[in-house]
Amino acid sequence: MSARPIATTRSAAGMPTGRLAVWWVIASEIVIFGGLLGSYVMFRLSHDSFASDAANTNMYIGAFNTWVLLTSSLFAVLGHKAAEEGNGPKAARMLWLTVGGGAVFLLVKTYEWYEKIHHGHTLSSSTFFSFYYTAAGLHALHVIAGMIIMLFVANTARKNLELHRVELIGIYWHFVDVVWIFLFPLLYIAK
Amino acid sequence: MGNQAQHAVSHDEHAHAGEHSHHGNYVKIYLILLVLLVISILGPEIGIRWVTLITAFGIAVVKAYMVAKNFMHITFAPRYVAYLVGTCLIFMLLFFAGTAPDVMKFSGTNWQKPAWEAAHAEAAHGGGAAAHGESAHH
Amino acid sequence: MATAPVTHHDAHGHGHHEESWFVHYFWSTDHKMIAKQYMFTGMAMALIGGFFAYCFRMQIAFPGIDVPGFGVVSPNEYNHLITNHGAIMIFWVAMPVLIAAFGNYLIPLMIGCDDMVFPKLNRLSYQIFLLSIVVLIASFFVPGGGFAGAWTMYPPLSAKPEYGLTPLGASLFVTAVALEFVAFLMGGINFVTTAMNSRAPGMRMYDIPMVVWMIVIASILFMASVGPLVAGAVMLLFDQNLGTAFFNPDKGGDPVLWQHLFWFFGHPEVYVVLLPTVGIVAEIITVFARKKLFAYRTVLYTAFGTGVLSFMVWAHHQFIAGIDPRMANIFTITTLLISIPIAEMMFVYIATLYGGAITLTTPMLWALSFIATFLVGGVTGIFLGASGADIYLHDTYFVLAHFHYTFFPIAIIGTFAGLSYWFPKMFGRMMNETLGKIHFWGTIIPFNCIFIPLFVLGAAGEHRRIFDYTNFSELARPELRQLDQFATISLLVMLGFQVLFLFNLFYSLFWGPKAEKNPWKANTLEWTADSPPPHGNWPELPRVYRGPYEYSVPGRDQDYWPQNAQN
Repeated sequence: MSARPIATTRSAAGMPTGRLAVWWVIASEIVIFGGLLGSYVMFRLSHDSFASDAANTNMYIGAFNTWVLLTSSLFAVLGHKAAEEGNGPKAARMLWLTVGGGAVFLLVKTYEWYEKIHHGHTLSSSTFFSFYYTAAGLHALHVIAGMIIMLFVANTARKNLELHRVELIGIYWHFVDVVWIFLFPLLYIAK
Repeated sequence: MGNQAQHAVSHDEHAHAGEHSHHGNYVKIYLILLVLLVISILGPEIGIRWVTLITAFGIAVVKAYMVAKNFMHITFAPRYVAYLVGTCLIFMLLFFAGTAPDVMKFSGTNWQKPAWEAAHAEAAHGGGAAAHGESAHH
Repeated sequence: MATAPVTHHDAHGHGHHEESWFVHYFWSTDHKMIAKQYMFTGMAMALIGGFFAYCFRMQIAFPGIDVPGFGVVSPNEYNHLITNHGAIMIFWVAMPVLIAAFGNYLIPLMIGCDDMVFPKLNRLSYQIFLLSIVVLIASFFVPGGGFAGAWTMYPPLSAKPEYGLTPLGASLFVTAVALEFVAFLMGGINFVTTAMNSRAPGMRMYDIPMVVWMIVIASILFMASVGPLVAGAVMLLFDQNLGTAFFNPDKGGDPVLWQHLFWFFGHPEVYVVLLPTVGIVAEIITVFARKKLFAYRTVLYTAFGTGVLSFMVWAHHQFIAGIDPRMANIFTITTLLISIPIAEMMFVYIATLYGGAITLTTPMLWALSFIATFLVGGVTGIFLGASGADIYLHDTYFVLAHFHYTFFPIAIIGTFAGLSYWFPKMFGRMMNETLGKIHFWGTIIPFNCIFIPLFVLGAAGEHRRIFDYTNFSELARPELRQLDQFATISLLVMLGFQVLFLFNLFYSLFWGPKAEKNPWKANTLEWTADSPPPHGNWPELPRVYRGPYEYSVPGRDQDYWPQNAQN
């Protein structure tokens, strides 16, 4: 619509405005997930029934999804590298691969939830499963949001425009990956 | 201070220009992360509780640190970014410390959860325990 | 020279004349227009919140009365009114006016840049905020009525429709609050990033005006504290609608968890709205005392210290909720500790006034009354922060009077102070001083007449949230009832004087005398722009040479020294 304000181009804090803002987004996301997972840990440590419910989660599916997200993070950071080298089309390809990783993650998650619901473990069947679906669901929403933004970024990066955005969405994607790195042991390993 | 701010900017640009040499090999980092992932899966196979906790959560912390350092380049950002993230994490520990003494209890000075305890005791002694199998006693 | 960008802007506007009115007022990305949108939306919500207060105070003082303009208040309507009065005044009045309106208006102008760093995000933030209001107001009209379980939304009252009696209203209420948080998260990121990155060349850390610092610290506090409650709001919505039991003790949940999630945000929230007002007051008293702010750095460090401490006091809201008594000890200590930095700020302001050449303009009167009334609010907080005294005083009118003695100075006095001070800059015209002073005294005297009796009532044991005191013989004693009636009549007087303010506001908006660039002879950068500033604020962005509070510097002809003046 209009050109960026001069304000956006200044960097008195020693960092480009976009990157600074992404870090603030991440800071505010840390406390959202922190509140939810903190509550989960309190329940998990004090309720015996959580242990028996947790035995029903499938660690191998969780591990597979961890691998998928780690791989997509690698693509994201390779996209950042390509963008730094000024290679927009390559950066866009890497972002598409990242989106593909996110899609695989969501498909596996869908299968996993389908199987769980099929076995009678629904959102309301026990507090453990309430947390299981809420935490993973909130995380999945972040995956979906990241994928959508990434498609837009890839579309401009393909034309060698706004290449700094590749890094910004990458930082966000790595954060989503880090959240899953903690969700994996919390929900799948510790039984 | 104005000069200092200018200084910080140029310093950052400098660091940015030199980033390539500092970044290391992303694929190598990725392979290390995969090895850590395999260890965290194998941990529970040993069957010792504290080993599982270390392989699960200790490795999660290491993995998160590696992603933050090598993929998110938190160490190349101005130092206040790390302080910011650290502060938020400390606030979450505070939240946990202030809340856990209440939430991790089943009764207090003036309150109880009789209905839940009754249902829970039934499940533990009745058919519920059998249905959950041996894993309930892990 | 100064008119050049204005004509340019006008020419630009004529290009899309058909849509320009809508674009100008509703689709603008200009920080000044978004600030005005927040300001007027917040003030409109204040009218709703004030009307609700009028309705339930009438019911308290004269049980069963046919309240003019509302009708007879039923018990559930009473609960609905008090719930939404609290929520509206905090989430839809204090937050948008103090942080969003003043933050949007002042940050770019005071640090010398042309706009927020993310103008479109800024516009989106306001739109989501507006959507949250639509959802909130819609909740008043659904079957069962609006939410009536108190603004703190404690489960199980909020989680189970069979207790709260508002199945749909409760969910809409939680949704509205969550949307409002999203809007302010976006706004907060914008504010913090702008203030960090976009300062004018030459503006050092300690050259930033105090109000900008305070709004930035408040935004950071908001961002760092609201997360658990966002998660909690999702959990509560699931409890209401999807059959989960996060907060249901019968199925292994824990209602106290909600209280922790809520107050972990809710207490820092007090400082989120307090700090901007503290900053506004700092600007005003330095200008009208013609003195440098006493101990600038100390105030700044104190504000950061207050921010950190505010994360360690939240459970003092839950002393009688069955929390661990050992934790109550710890939270008593931290709560009493946090009064130190706040008291220190008040002393710093009094020290700033000491020996100054004080002019009692309307903004100055508001600023001084903030210090006086907030001190009362702070001192009465000491009683409540001590867990032993709190057991007696909890949920009485003493608590209510205490937090109105903090929130009224913060939200209402802060808004009037800031608006009357920056009105010439925002709208290019002066407000009427005489009407302003009459309105000031007509607000501040009835305010004290409302809430001083409530301290007495609370100490006498009168409980909050009671629909009809005639049902409780020990509370329906005539001497207590008369105090309640006195408070309600004072409220009517205070609300009546707000008509004078609205008249002054709208009359001055259109017919007030034109304001010059710097009517108060202040130093900060916004006064070097035109009144009102054009799109882009300055033809050429300013450069800064000194701190914001160089008043009455010896050896200079003028008693002020603008930040951008080279010598």
